[in-house]
Amino acid sequence: MKNPLDSIAGTIISGLVLTVILAVIANALI
Amino acid sequence: MENEWVPLIARWIHFLAGITWIGLLYYFNLVQAPAMAAANADHSGPGGAGIAKYVLPRALFWFRWAALVTWIAGAALLGPSFVSAFTLQGYDVIIGIGSWLGTIMLLFVWGVIWPNQKKVLGLKPATDAEKATARRVAFLTSRVNTALSIPMLLFMGASAHGMALFG
Repeated sequence: MKNPLDSIAGTIISGLVLTVILAVIANALI
Repeated sequence: MENEWVPLIARWIHFLAGITWIGLLYYFNLVQAPAMAAANADHSGPGGAGIAKYVLPRALFWFRWAALVTWIAGAALLGPSFVSAFTLQGYDVIIGIGSWLGTIMLLFVWGVIWPNQKKVLGLKPATDAEKATARRVAFLTSRVNTALSIPMLLFMGASAHGMALFG
């Protein structure tokens, strides 16, 4: 499998997915 | 008086250094890495040696020191909220997640990217194979930091303007 971080698009998508995950966690912690 | 000036100056420095840091991070990822790949693939062109010799050391200098200044100014800006941010207490969980992401990114800059780039630049002795590995590790860590910067900037901004998401 290709590393998503090898492309700029894959890097941005990884960041956006992480953003959603962290937002859900933050809302659960507040 | 001091209570009004310190947060203002700290935020100002945090923004100036943060823009320098993340601006150079995006330069590395969006411009320099693709440019070096294109230069190395273009056998009839001038190659990327000039970028590696004249641009990269200067970019890395401002990149790593701006990262440190950004973190110190950010810590000053947190002030009395420093502990509650890093222990994710109450609404400080928002700036706390941003602070953790920024801290992890700083540690990657000084603990992984810079030591590996020193081998690439020849500031630290390394064989060609070690240099190739160092180049790959620095590249991937830089990409990780770019991905981390996306939620980091949202959480930094959301600590003051995040009611839509965390209201």
